[in-house]
Amino acid sequence: MAISREEVLHVARLARLALSEDEVERLTVELDAILEAVGIVAELDLADVPPTSHPLDLANVWDEDEPRDSLSLGDVFANAPARDGDLFRVPPTA
Amino acid sequence: MAPVVDTLRLTAEDALALVERKEISPSELHASYLDAIGARDGELHAYLRTVETAEGASIPIALKDVISTKGVETTAGSKILAGYTPVFDATVAARCKAAGLTLLGKTNTDEFAMGSSTENSAWGPSHNPWDPSLVPGGSGGGTAAAVSAGLAPWGLGSDTGGSIKQPSALCGNVGLRPTYGTVSRFGVVAFASSLDQIGPVAKTVRDVALLYSIIAGRDTNDSTTVELPEPVQLPDEERLDGLRIGVPKQIESLDAIEPGVRAALERSLALARELGAEVGECDLPISYRYGMPCYYLIAPAEASSNLARHDGVRYGPRTEAETYREMVERTRDEGFGPEPKRRIMLGTYALSAGYFDAFYGQAQKVRTLLIREHREALARFDVIATPTSPTVAFPIGDKAADPLAMYACDLLTIPSCLAGLPGLSIPCGLSDDLPVGLQLLGPQFGENTLFRAGHALERALGYDTVPLRWRAGSDPTRGQTAGRDGSDPTSQGGAR
Repeated sequence: MAISREEVLHVARLARLALSEDEVERLTVELDAILEAVGIVAELDLADVPPTSHPLDLANVWDEDEPRDSLSLGDVFANAPARDGDLFRVPPTA
Repeated sequence: MAPVVDTLRLTAEDALALVERKEISPSELHASYLDAIGARDGELHAYLRTVETAEGASIPIALKDVISTKGVETTAGSKILAGYTPVFDATVAARCKAAGLTLLGKTNTDEFAMGSSTENSAWGPSHNPWDPSLVPGGSGGGTAAAVSAGLAPWGLGSDTGGSIKQPSALCGNVGLRPTYGTVSRFGVVAFASSLDQIGPVAKTVRDVALLYSIIAGRDTNDSTTVELPEPVQLPDEERLDGLRIGVPKQIESLDAIEPGVRAALERSLALARELGAEVGECDLPISYRYGMPCYYLIAPAEASSNLARHDGVRYGPRTEAETYREMVERTRDEGFGPEPKRRIMLGTYALSAGYFDAFYGQAQKVRTLLIREHREALARFDVIATPTSPTVAFPIGDKAADPLAMYACDLLTIPSCLAGLPGLSIPCGLSDDLPVGLQLLGPQFGENTLFRAGHALERALGYDTVPLRWRAGSDPTRGQTAGRDGSDPTSQGGAR
């Protein structure tokens, strides 16, 4: 097995997903098969190959520092599930 | 009484000419497409929502539902964005608006553009206009189905690993994934940022080139964009003299490619030779063995990071809970469908401590090799030609339960996406009465070469974009451009 049930639970915690028991079971099987398929990249000896993070060779992209209007607060909160004055309201963190 | 237009055959270029000659008004044309949607979209479900009023002085356009449209709900095919109404336009939507294009509606997509069939849409699948029991491809199956069914003259899709080209192939129209960095992603729902590109879908190569010229170019709101090194040229040459076409020798031994697809590729290559092109063999050994594994590490890793923003705090539905963490975890579990969850999990795993070097780090190095082998092939050839999809459209439900079978749909489109190269899919014939797509790949910023090659082949192939089952009811003399015999386009305009 490329991935265990414990690892699936650990990754779900990292990914902030409250998976159901059914989902944990299904994902353990599916991720195992997918990891086996994609794991073949390990066959290649790439010690001397630099990684690519981005296909365009861009560096130091500058723009003029000109003040512009930003969104109005009405727009900022237009899609918010809960607003409290000029703040997004969320449940307590602990 | 508004003139009657046959939207099944009308190209964008001809529609523009009708509007310019004032034979039809922008709002009459918009209404004609809404009528077509009313007549045919009940069966196809290409659109998630339509816009009744034409706002603009030109022709209509359909936008994939990952593109933010001010005041028009944008869900990316996901429940986690249900009801989300953008307060600003994506740059591509703004550029279409500035060109006078009227927004017809938002087209269906696999959730967060993750999929190859639109079956992952939280709002149900779209259907292929050639045969509604089949998928239209994905993720941009909605836009592709709309264009082939005459429900829009053209549209925009987004492409991470094949989401423009593959649906265009399966629905039998033309789709361009542009060079990475030539089209702004500002305001587009992010999937995998080092891969995502926006591009046009239409009935002809010239229409695709025209729409590309409207959306391309640097945008200060997307620092990954650049200006085009040369202006877009609308192709009109019908010969291919001097064009060097490379066919990867690996294509021959790929069992996944159906015989009918292979035969259509061979016929296209023979035709290209007749038009004066030189066809030779190139070598992409890494692409077809390691391209898909590389992609399914890099794209999910980036997706797991991008999709972290959907947390029920600033927008989207929220599942209430006692604590903040519980609220976020439940909102995400209820909001995301199976495929985004799979990719978030896969990506989070590939980026997590202890696995980063073996998976994500290794995939980034494979990506370097893919870039190198494409560069070498494109030093010897002007374009690389392959089938776009290994198969024609497949039945809805066929691959839905097998993620790896679905991932394999993108075998031929993925490598050039990882290399940041442009790719054009044009219809090149039928197999089992279903469209086959020819993929033409070029070097970075090589779009004009792709347009030239695609246009000449399209003319020579004489492919009819109208699905077979609708041809009897469609008058082929209406709404076409000047024929190859040079007949006057004004004598056969699409309006009556």
